[in-house]
Amino acid sequence: MANLRDIRRRIKSVKNTAQITRAMQLVAAAKMKKAQDQALAGRDYAELLNKVLSNLESNFEDDVHPLLRTREGGKELILVISTDKGLCGALNTNLGRKILSEKPEADIVTVGRKLRVQLGKAKYHLVADHEVRDPVPFSQARPIAKQLTNLFLEGEYSRISIAFTRFISTLTQEPVIVPLLPISHESIGKVNEVEGGDDEIVEGAGAGADYLFEPSPMGVLDALLPLYINFQVYQMLLESRASEHSARMVAMKAATDNANKFIKELTLEYNKVRQAAITSELLEITTAMKAME
Amino acid sequence: MSLHLEIVTPERTVFSGPVGNVYMPGSNGEMGVLEGHAALITALEPGELRYEQGGQIHTLAVGSGFAEITQQRVNLLTDMALGEDEIDEAQAEEAMKRAQEKLAKISHSDDAEDLSHLRATIAKSMAQLNLKRRMH
Repeated sequence: MANLRDIRRRIKSVKNTAQITRAMQLVAAAKMKKAQDQALAGRDYAELLNKVLSNLESNFEDDVHPLLRTREGGKELILVISTDKGLCGALNTNLGRKILSEKPEADIVTVGRKLRVQLGKAKYHLVADHEVRDPVPFSQARPIAKQLTNLFLEGEYSRISIAFTRFISTLTQEPVIVPLLPISHESIGKVNEVEGGDDEIVEGAGAGADYLFEPSPMGVLDALLPLYINFQVYQMLLESRASEHSARMVAMKAATDNANKFIKELTLEYNKVRQAAITSELLEITTAMKAME
Repeated sequence: MSLHLEIVTPERTVFSGPVGNVYMPGSNGEMGVLEGHAALITALEPGELRYEQGGQIHTLAVGSGFAEITQQRVNLLTDMALGEDEIDEAQAEEAMKRAQEKLAKISHSDDAEDLSHLRATIAKSMAQLNLKRRMH
């Protein structure tokens, strides 16, 4: 049987671990609330933007604007949004696995250190890397969106997608890869689905109506499409952030609970050993007394 | 059925409900919308948005964005929509000053996007200040 001092030492170390994981849990919980609110608040806007755009898109031929144009051949580029820090459950692993299995031949742009390292090892070609602060400011989505747009327009990449973890609830997050460019009816629909919104893309006089444009069709598209891309990138950063903090909160809660359970078991063990020691001591004393009589 | 207005910013849905009419700062000047308007999509300039609800006229300072108008709906996407009581005069002035300083510095560079971004910031602050001052 283990000796008393060893057990005491283990209890102490487990207690320390529990304290740390508990602190991390609290921090993540506070950040989670903020990130979730932000992500959910952005969905309304994203949804409406999608709706407007999909109504609009049906008014146009495919090749009216370079961002709408589908091209054959060419490579695919994925914007991978992962986390900077670990200890958030299987979040990054799941997303990484999805990318490896579905897009084995793509180049990547990354946000977040974790998957950059991992995918780098898997021989993905890294085009660029971005860092995004917490909480996510809109101004940091712009350069990313701009770079993606430029890479697409320069012609090397004919498809651009975003891989991120979609936030469903505190307990559930889902890794997904959605197409971003070229903007097509299909990609708008898919993104819409991702936003978890109602499927009212087609509504009343909306779809199919012949719209007038002010100042001009091209003017509207020129302004609307970049806004759409900016906002998609922003919204997906928010979703990933909300997922990250939720996953970390849950992972840390599990760790704290496990540590507490372990402490209980160890304490029981400790008491048993102590009791055994006392009993055997008593036994020795009484035996000695008997022998003296 | 009356006209349904929905105003959404990236942060929240500012307003959603039936209104009598809407006046918004379109890219070709102010435009008024009543029920049964022809389907139209327009860019919005920073400025003032008015709508009438239950006999009362509400005014908001809005940023740039888009409006999608159909017969019975107006969907308005903008990056800012503030009522008079939400506007912080000092803050708006501050933002404008900062943007103007930056603009003076980079006006020689050719980054069109930055430039237009700064101009939009200035126009947005102006819209806020105009609304605030007129109400007083």
